[in-house]
Amino acid sequence: MTGSLRRAVLQVLASPSGRIGLLVLALLVLVAAVGPLLVPNPAAMPDLIAGATAPGRQHLLGTDHLNRDILARVVHGARISLTLATLSVLLAVSLGAIVGLTAGWVGGWADAVLMRGVDAALAIPRLFLLLMLVAVWEQMPLSALVAVLGATGWFATSRIVRGEVLRLREETFVDAARALGAGRGRIIFRHLLPNTAGPLLVAATLGVGDVILLEAGLSFLGVGVRPPTPSWGGMILDGRPVLVTAPWESLFPGLAIVITVLAVNLVGDALRGVLDPRSA
Amino acid sequence: MSAWLVRRTAQAVVTFVAVTVLLFVLMRLTPGDPLQRLAGDRQLSAAAVQALRHRFGLDQPMASQFVDFVSGALRGDLGVSIEHYPMRVTALLRSRLPATLLLGGTVLLITFGLGTWLGVLQAVRRGGAVDRWLNHVGLALFATPSFWLGMVLAWVFGIWLRLLPVAQMHDPLLATDARWVERAGDLLRHLILPALTLSAVTIAIVMRYQRTAMLEVLRLDYVHAARARGLTERRVIWGHAWRNALFPVVSLFGLRLPILAAGAVFVEQVFNWPGLGSLAAEAVGARDYPVILGCALLVSALVLVGALLADVAYRLLDPRVRQP
Repeated sequence: MTGSLRRAVLQVLASPSGRIGLLVLALLVLVAAVGPLLVPNPAAMPDLIAGATAPGRQHLLGTDHLNRDILARVVHGARISLTLATLSVLLAVSLGAIVGLTAGWVGGWADAVLMRGVDAALAIPRLFLLLMLVAVWEQMPLSALVAVLGATGWFATSRIVRGEVLRLREETFVDAARALGAGRGRIIFRHLLPNTAGPLLVAATLGVGDVILLEAGLSFLGVGVRPPTPSWGGMILDGRPVLVTAPWESLFPGLAIVITVLAVNLVGDALRGVLDPRSA
Repeated sequence: MSAWLVRRTAQAVVTFVAVTVLLFVLMRLTPGDPLQRLAGDRQLSAAAVQALRHRFGLDQPMASQFVDFVSGALRGDLGVSIEHYPMRVTALLRSRLPATLLLGGTVLLITFGLGTWLGVLQAVRRGGAVDRWLNHVGLALFATPSFWLGMVLAWVFGIWLRLLPVAQMHDPLLATDARWVERAGDLLRHLILPALTLSAVTIAIVMRYQRTAMLEVLRLDYVHAARARGLTERRVIWGHAWRNALFPVVSLFGLRLPILAAGAVFVEQVFNWPGLGSLAAEAVGARDYPVILGCALLVSALVLVGALLADVAYRLLDPRVRQP
């Protein structure tokens, strides 16, 4: 597994767009990891009198309507955004793998019920599912946001895993393992799961981009990450009423979103070309 | 065909029933009292809150709430809005539907018209500068939050260039006795920016699908044969190849509706477009759960109908599927 993962990374590095994506993503992770240590959290020092100042020497990206440094808030937002996205995608992929394995392996009525449920869930736009879940939830903690983002992101993944399991369980190597006396658990975890790892990794990478956009959207609607915690979507929401006087307040967090999601999608596309060539 | 149609429709109906159950359960799973906010903001007495709880059926056990909801939904009654208190959810949805249909229809027209054309262009000039640039632009747009792009466009065209209106559907200063041409022109000017924003963030998928499908068809023998017969390149591309490369894009129609619906929430909110999307966004802000539930149900129904229509069109268009 580690060998094939290394090969996949090398292959991604071989394509120019994959290289750029991976490089930008690595930089972003670095910023999210150490950036907040270098710049103080600006939520601590709002200044209501000074108001927004344009980008300049003192504040590279300017300050917002509470005179908070936008660069600092974008950096802190990167940590929030990337952490939320990574955790919720891990949750979503795990759920998708469990449901897909169950449906594909058990089959019969379990498969029928699970897949009808997935059909129904896929018919509701994910944003509306999320709105239903977060709307009534006053003062939602970040962990709950991770949970709802993860809980609404596994439907398509479970279908992929189920398809792979249905295909793989008829393969000779599974029969061979069974003939050698391997138990159900061993077949599932040693033979089936590793073989679905490729499509899962692709789905996870592309899922990170989706989740970053969704989280930004929820925060823009005022129901995602709550202030004063800096989030890119929330910053764009804050910048909306001052679009005429301080357009930079919403411009830069939006650019941060575009760059991040673009980098993730470039890596995802390159990975898909390597690991999942059928759907490329 | 008719047996298939019956089966396919039945499947859509079953899915919609499952959607209804799922949405209802989700709504009640989340912690928090939907009336809390209403009471807190308007300082209602305990007795009034109790009366409201009874009015919204929240004092009933879950099972009977569900039965009430489903039987109401079957009669075309989705309950009462909390924010617009005595108003019915269905009346709200009906009043907001036309604006969304106008915006969504325009966007579908733009994305499918322009998207297929650009996708074919890319496939024909595969690997060239146009192809590469359109790929880059598509990827970038795919990564762009619609609400942010809307604000950027509003700033450029509304605030900086002062060319286009950036909010609402009509100019409030337009004379009430204006001729219909003026009215239509005014509506069109208001439609440009929201439609442009929503098209921009959703066109990339159409382009990509069309490009891939076209590339596959261009390899086939009958295209070479058409060329060998001395047809003009234009007829080969649009008359022969494109007709067969259109099917995957038609089947994409159903898949794209959810994305369009989600985009509409943000774009309508940014431009104060009085449609279902901004209704949903406002309802989320006001924690008006009957309205959110109504919006989600209506959007899901539209998505299922759209997917059904796409499947039917696919079968009608593609002779390979038509003859089983």
